[in-house]
Amino acid sequence: MTGPRAQLEPEDPRREVTADPTRELVAAVLLLAAAVASAGFVAAYLLSGDTQLMGLAIGATFVLLGLALIVFAAGLAGEGRAVEERALPEPVQPSAGEIVTAPGSAITRRRLLAGAAGVAGASLGAAAIVPLASLGPAPALGRSAWREGRRLVDDAGHPVKAEIMETGSFLTAFPEGASKVALGSPLVVVRIDPSMLNPPPGREDWAVDGILAFSKICTHAGCAVAMLRYPLFPDREPGPALVCPCHYSTFDVTRAGEVLFGPAGRQLPQLPLRLRPDGTLEAAGPMSGPVGPAASGVDW
Amino acid sequence: MGVEHQGPSLVGVGGLAADFELSTGRMPLAAPNLQPIRSDPSFSGADIRRLVAYIASLGGPAIPSIDPSRGSLLEGRDLFALQCAGCHQISGAGGVVTGATVPALDQATPTQIGEAVRLGPYLMPRFGPEQLDQHQLDSIALYVTQTTRHPDDAGGLPLGHLGPIPEGMVAWLVAMGALLVVARMTGERAS
Repeated sequence: MTGPRAQLEPEDPRREVTADPTRELVAAVLLLAAAVASAGFVAAYLLSGDTQLMGLAIGATFVLLGLALIVFAAGLAGEGRAVEERALPEPVQPSAGEIVTAPGSAITRRRLLAGAAGVAGASLGAAAIVPLASLGPAPALGRSAWREGRRLVDDAGHPVKAEIMETGSFLTAFPEGASKVALGSPLVVVRIDPSMLNPPPGREDWAVDGILAFSKICTHAGCAVAMLRYPLFPDREPGPALVCPCHYSTFDVTRAGEVLFGPAGRQLPQLPLRLRPDGTLEAAGPMSGPVGPAASGVDW
Repeated sequence: MGVEHQGPSLVGVGGLAADFELSTGRMPLAAPNLQPIRSDPSFSGADIRRLVAYIASLGGPAIPSIDPSRGSLLEGRDLFALQCAGCHQISGAGGVVTGATVPALDQATPTQIGEAVRLGPYLMPRFGPEQLDQHQLDSIALYVTQTTRHPDDAGGLPLGHLGPIPEGMVAWLVAMGALLVVARMTGERAS
């Protein structure tokens, strides 16, 4: 950046930095705009969490940074190749005093540029670091709208009647009057032959005529547990199980959702059920454990 | 009447189960521990009708009457996504569940689709008329036959009917390679 170039006048070594003052101004403005855009990313992350806004902001940051670099490079390097000649006569070095006192000197503009680059860098650094907050404890984990007496409704909001479920069938249910999209809400309700049940002590009365309810959120990575296998001829076929389609974690329906296979680290949380007088199903208590993927800090 | 731990009793399974297992070639099974899979039927159509009539005479549900033309494609897609796609994939291409493979549905007839939903063959869950009514069953059969017979492969190369994202990924991979070659050819080596 400071070496004299072949096509430059040897007697004016400052020409390379004084080439075009407006270029430096434009570069500085672009850098500051990039800083504003990445600050916008941080604001979007903290305030709305809207990934589209965040993507737009960080995208704009990199576009503006790129433009600033283009302007910066074009203003300083110019066109064509620059070959450094070693056999040049001794260049005239301006004294430090000359540079500092020169009106509109390159130092001031350099400082502006460096300052803008510093602000942009700091802002981009903040944008890179602030999302680490997402690695912290998930506030939703372990919370669930399921309470004793809350009714099960289907995706259309109709209460789930026990009689509609044939043995070997399943459906998805939600808590009445609560969020359907909250992690702790969706249930997979299955009906199996009651003679297959093998519940651990304390869960003997959690099923209603072979109808059992489990969290639909896999304890491994949080996918929807969308598969039920139920043998038509149990003597010769694998037993009833809920299977997650993402990594094939397999949970034993007959025994409290214990893991039979796959990467899940803990059993699928179960919801105790009971029958209301009108034949619909309701929760007889809270979920048996924290719902959601097996993040650190979840003890079972 | 069946043999304990070998074969189930056929009393009460009805014409529905017999027609499904025989017309899809799942039965007879080569060995009791195998998963029944779709193959060419072992019997002629007339023999299957006679066998089905005999099993039906022992009691049980009759063969359902499925008419996709009375169904709704949109409703069928929603129901299939909710109840079936977990195992069969939204494209009906099949897959696996722990302990078994899940069949593709590209050869399933509307009647066989209805039979499978009501029967729950092998490890498949079953759905009664209270959970999926006749219209919903017609709609599912319409969706399955439409989507497996006329898959929407806009990209030209189906890649397992997995949709635009895998197709786009492959396009990116190929395009990136091509761009690298172009860059290598047009670039100038520093001297």
